[in-house]
Amino acid sequence: MAPERITRADVEHVAHLARLALTEPEIEELTGQLGDILGYAAQVSALDLTEVPPTAHPLPLVNVFRPDEARPGVDRDEVLAQAPATENNRFRVPRILGEARG
Amino acid sequence: MSTREVSKAWEAVIGLEVHVELATATKLFCSCANEFGAEPNTNVCPVCLGLPGSLPVLNERVVEFALRLGEAFEFSVPAQSIFHRKNYFYPDMPKDYQVSQYDAPICVDGTLIVDGTAIGIERAHMEEDTGKSLHVGGSGRIHEADHSLVDYNRAGVPLMEIVSRPEMHSAEQARGYVSALRGVLGVIGVSDVKMEEGSMRVDANVSIRPVGSDELRTRVEVKNMNSLRSLGRAIDYEIARQIEMYETDERIVQETRHWDEDAGVTHGMRTKEGSEDYRYFPEPDLVPVAPDDSMRARARASIPELPAARRVRLVSEWGIADHEAAVLLAEPGLADYAEGAVAAGASGHDATNWSVGAVLGYLNENALAPQGLLLRPDGLAELIGLVSDGSLNRKLATDVLDEALRDGKRPKQIVEARGLAQVSDEGAVGALVDDVFAQNSDAVADWRGGDDKLKKKKRGFLMGEVIKASKGSADTAVLNRLLDEKLNG
Ligand SMILES: [Zn+2]
Repeated sequence: MAPERITRADVEHVAHLARLALTEPEIEELTGQLGDILGYAAQVSALDLTEVPPTAHPLPLVNVFRPDEARPGVDRDEVLAQAPATENNRFRVPRILGEARG
Repeated sequence: MSTREVSKAWEAVIGLEVHVELATATKLFCSCANEFGAEPNTNVCPVCLGLPGSLPVLNERVVEFALRLGEAFEFSVPAQSIFHRKNYFYPDMPKDYQVSQYDAPICVDGTLIVDGTAIGIERAHMEEDTGKSLHVGGSGRIHEADHSLVDYNRAGVPLMEIVSRPEMHSAEQARGYVSALRGVLGVIGVSDVKMEEGSMRVDANVSIRPVGSDELRTRVEVKNMNSLRSLGRAIDYEIARQIEMYETDERIVQETRHWDEDAGVTHGMRTKEGSEDYRYFPEPDLVPVAPDDSMRARARASIPELPAARRVRLVSEWGIADHEAAVLLAEPGLADYAEGAVAAGASGHDATNWSVGAVLGYLNENALAPQGLLLRPDGLAELIGLVSDGSLNRKLATDVLDEALRDGKRPKQIVEARGLAQVSDEGAVGALVDDVFAQNSDAVADWRGGDDKLKKKKRGFLMGEVIKASKGSADTAVLNRLLDEKLNG
C-alpha cells in the first residue's frame, strides 16, 4: 500500500494553504523532498498494525485539567506594544479577503 | 419569494449546527476571564494570544458542562476524546489554528425531543471561540473594508458545537429544535443561550428533494441568523430559492450563503473552491480527555428535570393543555413561577392561566425575566385566592395584578387600599339595585311594557348603572340574579 507519489500540484496546493510563495526551483526541489519524506514514513505501512490503536499522544496521560478560576492576563498596553499597528485599543490588520468564518 | 409555500412535489431537508458559548468563569485553555462586554483586549494572555512557548491547559468546568450535555441529550460518551488543530490563516485566531475536536468528539449520537418528535444529534464537541473583528471603511462589509481591528477577548472562550442530523423538514421544525435546545441548555446551566447577544449561534444546512425520496442532495449552508425569527425566514427563503433553481433547471452549488436580514435574502459568499482544507491534526499540546465514572456520575446528579419531561408532568398533574405547558416552558423561569404559585396554594390550572396571560404579557412588554418580577409567586397565589373566594371578579383581578406586578404590593393590600373588594353580599347589591331603579323609574317602566328587544336593551342599561354605582365591584353573578328577581317581582 505505498502512498501515491507527491506531485507538483500537491506542493503548490500545500504552499498556498500555508501562504508560502515558492519559486519554480523550490517547487521542483520540494516535490522531490516531500516525496522522499513521505516514502520514508510509509515504511510503517509495511507492518501489520491491525491490532495497534492509533496514537493520539505520546504521553501515557489523560485528564490534565485546571480549575475554572480567573486570573489577570497581560497588561493591554504591553500586549498592544508588540503589535505592528493598533487602533482604538485593538490590533489593526490589513483588509481581510474572503468572508468571516466560524 | 420568501413567503411562497413549499410546492407539493418537494421536501426540505434541514440540519442545524449550533454553537453555544459556555457560561464558565474562564476561557477554554487559559485563566483569562470569560466575560461579555469587557474593554477590548483586556482578557488576554500569552496562551490565547498564541505567543511562542505558551501551553494550553484544559478548563475542567468545560468537561463537566460537556458531560452534562451528554446526559441531557442521551449522548454516548466515548472512553476517550481528543483535540485537533484546525489550521487556517485569519486574524481572528492569533495562533493560525483553532483548537477543536474532529473525529473523536466528547459526545456522539444524541437525541432531542422537539414537540414530541425525536430529532437525532450527530455529535457535540468542545472548541474555542475566535476573536472579534471590526471592519473599518466601506459600508462595514468585509470586502469593502479598508482595514480591520481585532479584539481577542473572545478568542479562546469555550464553545460547544452541537450538530443535528439532517432530520428536519420545515423552518418551523427548525425553530422548534432551536427553542427546545435552548430550553435544555438553559436548565442544565451551561450557557445563558442568548441568540441576540451571540452566545448561541445557529447555522442551517438546507437542501430539498422530491417528496418520497430519501436521497440527500446538494446542500447549502446558511449563516448569520440572529434570532429565531430570522432563522425561520432564512430557511423559508432558501427552500424557495432552491425549488425555483430546480424547477428552472439551474444547478445548485454546495456553498455557504449569508442571510441578509434587511433585504430578506441569502447571498452567496465568495469563497475559493478548495479553500476548506483545514489540515486537521491531533493537538500535541493537549492530552486526551477520558471521562471516568465519577465524572459521569457528577454530571448525571446535576441534571434537573428536563423540559420535555416537565411538559408531560405538568399536563398530567395540572390537567392543562399541552400547548399551555409549551408556552409555560418556552419562557425560561415561567414554569418555575407557576409552580411557585401552586406551591403557595393556587390550582395548576389557575396558575397557568394567569402566568401565560397577564404575567407573560407584562414580562414581554418590559423585557423582564420571571426571576426579576417584584410580585413573587405566592403573591400570584394570593390574587388567585381572591378570585376563587369571590372577593374579586376577573376584571378587577386583572387591574390588581397589573398594579401588583408594577410595584410589588400584595394583592390584598391593593384591594384594601382601593376599596376594590367585590360586593357579593345580597343585601348590599340589592340596595344598589333599588337605588338605581328609583333613579331610573322610566327605564324600569319601559322594560315592563316593552317587547323582547326593548326589554333586553333596558335590562342592559340598568345593569350597567348598578355596576357603575358599585365602581365595578358588584359580583356580576349575584347582580344578574337580583336584577331579574326585582324586575319580574
Ligand atoms: Zn488567555
